[in-house]
Amino acid sequence: MSDRHQNELVEAHLVLADGTVFEGEAMGAVVEVATGEVVFNTVLSGYQEVITDPSYAGQVISFTYPHIGNYGISEADSESARPFCRGVIVRELAHRPSNWRSTVDLGTWLAAHGVPGITGIDTRRLTRHIREAGSMPCAFGTADEATLRAAAQAERGTDGLDLVAGVTTPVRYTVGDGPLRVVAYDFGIKTSILRQLSRIATVEVVPASTPAHELLDNPPDGVFLSNGPGDPAAVTYAISNIAGLLGQVPVFGICLGHQLLATALGGDTYKLPFGHHGGNHPVKRLRDNAVEITSQNHNYAVTVGSVNSADVTHLNLNDGVVEGLRSRDVAAFSVQYHPEAGPGPHDARYLFEEFKDLMIAFRAVH
Amino acid sequence: MPKRTDIHSILLIGSGPIVIGQASEFDYSGTQACRVLRDEGYRVILVNSNPATIMTDPEFADRTYVEPLDADVVAAVIERERPDALLPTLGGQTALNLAVALSERGVLDRYKVELIGASIEAIHTAENRERFKSAMTEIGLAVPNSGFAYHLDEAVKVGDEVGYPVIIRPSFIMGGGGTGIAADAEELLRLAETGLAASPISEILIEKSIAGWKEYELEVMRDHADNCVVVCSIENLDPMGVHTGDSITVAPAQTLSDVEYQRMRDAAFACIRRIGVDTGGSNIQFAVDPATGEMVVIEMNPRVSRSSALASKATGFPIAKIAARLAVGYTLDEIPNDITRMTPASFEPTIDYVVTKVPRWAFEKFPGTSGVLGTRMQSVGEAMAIGRTFPESLQKGLRSLEHGRWGLNCDPGEAALDEFDDDELVRRAAVATPDRPFQLEGALRRGISVERLHQATGVDPWFLDQICLITDERGRLTSIGTAGGMTRRDWRRAKRLGFADAQMAWLWGVPEHDVRAARLAAGVKATFKTVDTCGAEFDANTPYHYSTYEDEDEAQGGQRPTVVILGSGPNRIGQGIEFDYCCVHASFALRDAGFDTVMVNCNPETVSTDYDTSDRLYFEPLTYEDVMNVLEVEKEQLLGVIVSLGGQTPLKLAGRIPAELVLGTPPAAIDEAEDRERWNALCIRLGIPQPDGGTAADLDAALTITNRIGYPALVRPSYVLGGRAMEIVYNDEDLARAMAELAGFGSLGREGGLSAERPVLVDRFLEDAIEVDVDALRDATGEVLIGAIMEHVEEAGVHSGDSACVIPPPTLTAAIVAVIEGHTRAIAEALGVRGLLNVQYAVQRDNVYVIEANPRASRTVPFVAKATGVPLAKVAARVMVGATLAELRAEGVLKPPAPGAHVSVKEAVLPFNRFPDVDTLLGPEMRSTGEVMGIDVTFGLAFAKSQTAAGDRLPERGTVFLSLADRDKPGGLIAARRFVELGFGLAATGGTARYLQDNGVPVGEVVGKVGQGPSGPGSGGGDSGRSAVDLIANGEIDLVVNTPRGRGPRADGSYIRLAANVQGVPCLTTAAAALAAAGGIADWARHGLSVRSLQEFHEEGQQRLDL
Repeated sequence: MSDRHQNELVEAHLVLADGTVFEGEAMGAVVEVATGEVVFNTVLSGYQEVITDPSYAGQVISFTYPHIGNYGISEADSESARPFCRGVIVRELAHRPSNWRSTVDLGTWLAAHGVPGITGIDTRRLTRHIREAGSMPCAFGTADEATLRAAAQAERGTDGLDLVAGVTTPVRYTVGDGPLRVVAYDFGIKTSILRQLSRIATVEVVPASTPAHELLDNPPDGVFLSNGPGDPAAVTYAISNIAGLLGQVPVFGICLGHQLLATALGGDTYKLPFGHHGGNHPVKRLRDNAVEITSQNHNYAVTVGSVNSADVTHLNLNDGVVEGLRSRDVAAFSVQYHPEAGPGPHDARYLFEEFKDLMIAFRAVH
Repeated sequence: MPKRTDIHSILLIGSGPIVIGQASEFDYSGTQACRVLRDEGYRVILVNSNPATIMTDPEFADRTYVEPLDADVVAAVIERERPDALLPTLGGQTALNLAVALSERGVLDRYKVELIGASIEAIHTAENRERFKSAMTEIGLAVPNSGFAYHLDEAVKVGDEVGYPVIIRPSFIMGGGGTGIAADAEELLRLAETGLAASPISEILIEKSIAGWKEYELEVMRDHADNCVVVCSIENLDPMGVHTGDSITVAPAQTLSDVEYQRMRDAAFACIRRIGVDTGGSNIQFAVDPATGEMVVIEMNPRVSRSSALASKATGFPIAKIAARLAVGYTLDEIPNDITRMTPASFEPTIDYVVTKVPRWAFEKFPGTSGVLGTRMQSVGEAMAIGRTFPESLQKGLRSLEHGRWGLNCDPGEAALDEFDDDELVRRAAVATPDRPFQLEGALRRGISVERLHQATGVDPWFLDQICLITDERGRLTSIGTAGGMTRRDWRRAKRLGFADAQMAWLWGVPEHDVRAARLAAGVKATFKTVDTCGAEFDANTPYHYSTYEDEDEAQGGQRPTVVILGSGPNRIGQGIEFDYCCVHASFALRDAGFDTVMVNCNPETVSTDYDTSDRLYFEPLTYEDVMNVLEVEKEQLLGVIVSLGGQTPLKLAGRIPAELVLGTPPAAIDEAEDRERWNALCIRLGIPQPDGGTAADLDAALTITNRIGYPALVRPSYVLGGRAMEIVYNDEDLARAMAELAGFGSLGREGGLSAERPVLVDRFLEDAIEVDVDALRDATGEVLIGAIMEHVEEAGVHSGDSACVIPPPTLTAAIVAVIEGHTRAIAEALGVRGLLNVQYAVQRDNVYVIEANPRASRTVPFVAKATGVPLAKVAARVMVGATLAELRAEGVLKPPAPGAHVSVKEAVLPFNRFPDVDTLLGPEMRSTGEVMGIDVTFGLAFAKSQTAAGDRLPERGTVFLSLADRDKPGGLIAARRFVELGFGLAATGGTARYLQDNGVPVGEVVGKVGQGPSGPGSGGGDSGRSAVDLIANGEIDLVVNTPRGRGPRADGSYIRLAANVQGVPCLTTAAAALAAAGGIADWARHGLSVRSLQEFHEEGQQRLDL
């Protein structure tokens, strides 16, 4: 009878900061109270990559697709050494995963990493609520509703917080052995990005706070600005470091790296009502009007028209969000979305080649 | 780039009759394409032979040719209409093959017709398996190890090289016809022979079988700017080895990690680019080794397919509509997403529910078939269900099938598993059959492990584990034991796993109503969610809903008076697209008249389940519980429910829906027509003669009746459409066997067997009678409109759905027609019909007998509309909500029937090529899957066109083989004489030959029926020493006329019919059809081919009225 699901379900609740209550059952690490900013992600596959993406630090991820955990966990698919998110919300957690690469089921793995979760939630109702009311703090767990409500209201969310400090590497390390030399700022870098970069370069990953001059002592072929969690405006040290690098070395930024580059170029950022979290956003590449289906994960975006010295290279076809920038003055470009995928479509991987070409061209001139 | 302005007129080719492997999904795609292209301002010319389709309504195209889908015919249409472009990718394999034929014959070049959507080069690369294989290898995609063969000895050589087991796939076929798996050289030889015959270019691919691998499909769209998107991924529950059309399939893919999925997506794009599909949709099939993740490409269709229809319904992304726009030059980002309106079509839908498609088979119609599923598609229809989880959607899907099951077991049907011990149950589940899901659940309930079942069946452990959730929940429900013991959380958990109230009622031994009441009292009711393409990320404007059990309900009733239309569920033999046509027409007519229309249906292949056909669409099973949930949501403005347009499915619910909500003819009147005693009383009162008969719930009662009325007698169940289990019996033994079958061992067993409430009708069978069908309408004022009187070509005894029929009736006298009209009016009046009425008559020697009357839409309604130009279904819908015929005439909705100078013939299309071992003889049990229409100026021409359209093109010269029963000899003689006059040679069996020769008709060769010796049971050779089967197999016969001897259960002549079936020689099984064929061949020879659009026929008819 080992196939039967006889283990008792532990009732749990999810309460949003505005008091909205959902009922479900505890999964993962069973806790009385977990809190964070709730966001929804619309991917159909790739839950493991999402959960291990450090950009979710401070957030509770709700998956819109109901069945999560179907193919278990395969260590090679993790985007970082451990999950940084505060929790996971699903409609239906798979008890028995099925995939030849899987080594453990999602629930057990979350518990092992101390990540609390809740299953059985009407996640569509939650999505519609966030869509209308915006991302907001939440609390969930086995505690009573009143306790959870208080915890949700006490949770401050991600605005104005430097969440990068909590996820960046404490020490430098090197990956890959490509012909070029790239220094990658780790604001919460994903393994998929390193995998793509290391195909073109030897990549030195450095802590987020590494001063620009340390890099310029031995100028690399290019500097990469990684993705990462939270509010770009709160990562002031990174902005000034980037400003110090511009013009000295080619720069390529992704996601938070894109926002930081834009800010360093004089632009502004703002918070979207509920962000873009999914693998199906259409982005138009303006140079030839081609459409790329992109992987996205961000709550903040660059204000349209705020970066005078750069051209907008890519636009989100759903809502007009700036998806790509290229400086007219210096060798620097960036995209808001995730060309490395992990999870998501591979449509935009050519951008890593463009970074390579930019570095080679820069080296030829300088 | 916006749309092209250098083309102005576009020819669309439909897919012809509904056949296995090519069903109403192409009516859906074609209708969408017609609408879109006309909206874009193009002149649309349509050719399709299927009158039951919505796309062939004259209002959907500028010119609608209901003509055979034959290269000569389409060439004639092109010559006449001179279209600028041909769009062949929305009419299935039929349209694609025709496009290739037209191109090869130079027709497209000659008339400067541009092929849009897919090039000939792309079609060839995708469809020719050798080229496909090398193209895939070229772009680095793995395909299963394989080789090609063009004749039998080559096949064996390739088989040895590839290694057994091998799978045989003929090139240029659809629905897997001619495919199979061979375990050794002997099996390979047998399959290669049929495979080579099935391929129009006599080419088969012999490929290493990867049975047991996981099977996936991606639906991809590409625009001319090379933007590609995946609309939907689909995973099959059944592993490789079962045709995807016969598999339970699930969207989205469930057991692929993102790494694997993205690899598949990349491969799909590489494939569509290499094949060179310029614009539109394609589906690409993959297999994945569950042990290693190794992926191979199986095949790709460079066109919209059955899966595209499923993907469209599953995601809300209208593939056909967008494919049509892409074909005329738009790019994906230029087309708005209909559902969100704010976002473009250049995105990939994401869904927040699970879609399960379950096929419906009709094995009970074809005795002798094994019921085992394989690489050749055998299902005749499908149901789709949406749930938030797989268990919920699976249970909804199974009860949507209307095959007597209420979900995944937990119903009376599960008793069938009791007879097997554990090992036998696993052994049975290992063979793919329609019963597999029930066997899996039964096995899990007995404690058989997921691992063992996975090993035995290849079904992925994830699916098995999900089925376990259902099993576990059933265990909980059993231990709770009563509805009263259920807490709110308990109800919610059970409903979320898809349990129907009826299943719980059965489990607890209480009435369904009690379960529903207790559940509602506990506060657990269905909530409706929306299909929105985006997982709720954006607001949806399209009310396309499904039920589930969650916190939030998104459905809202409308602001205007609302009419709910109940659809007809999955296609099946006897109930198909004709009823969808009626439902869709009702929706259109009522929307135009200012009502809100609500569609409830679960068939993904239809126009009715298109999200913009009605104001609101509920994709739900057509059961009492599910329908009541919808009525609950709509109650504020609810005017009523239309139950009489969707065939037997909604009609069965009529008695349970509150009577005051049933629109049109009241349920009591429906009962009066169905209830034998009351119907007899009514006929006696009206003085309308009926064949003698009665009702019987058991054999003794049946024998009492036949003692009174004599034999032959017609035995049929009440409340069943399509002649299910209908039989003509000639003696007491036949009767006893028929009654035993009806009692539960036969096809009706699944629908509850016999009982006093569901008795059998036993009637005197009228031999040699002409059967007549009448479709009529009556409004509230009592005015009756006779839509059409149809004369059947085959005599009474052949099911009306399998018989060819003709408008206007060619042999009935004006006096007989007047009697029929009079009876029809009287019956309509007496029953108090409000809406449609179908009456069947048998005319025997100037006597008109009424066989039965049904106050509902019949399957001939669309045919009548195409033949006469009267939109019967639309008029009926308006009449049901209160309009009078006079008002509708004043509005212009109803024009007077236009007689015209044309004759229309409807012919049935039978699926015998799918079931090569089944006798092709027609009888009282309906077995046709679809129909075609021939329309022309004489009966002969129209009949000949109908035969060509049905795939049995009548020969122009050659040899006709005749083998006639004694009673058919006089009729056959007339036909034979005409064949000789037309220059045909004759061959005949001994008795027939003697009769013909005695009457002065020369017979070239006299043969025995079957071969002497090993090829079959001998029944004597003829003069030539050769048998009929030999002649047919040698290709020496161009037309077979074989009427059965007597009318009992018989195998007589079946070898001849089988040989004709295998050889693809037209085979007529009645003298009447032979006579019609002779007339057709004569007229065809005299007039030659001419084509004409429905619009022209109808306009001419109206003009004649004006004179």
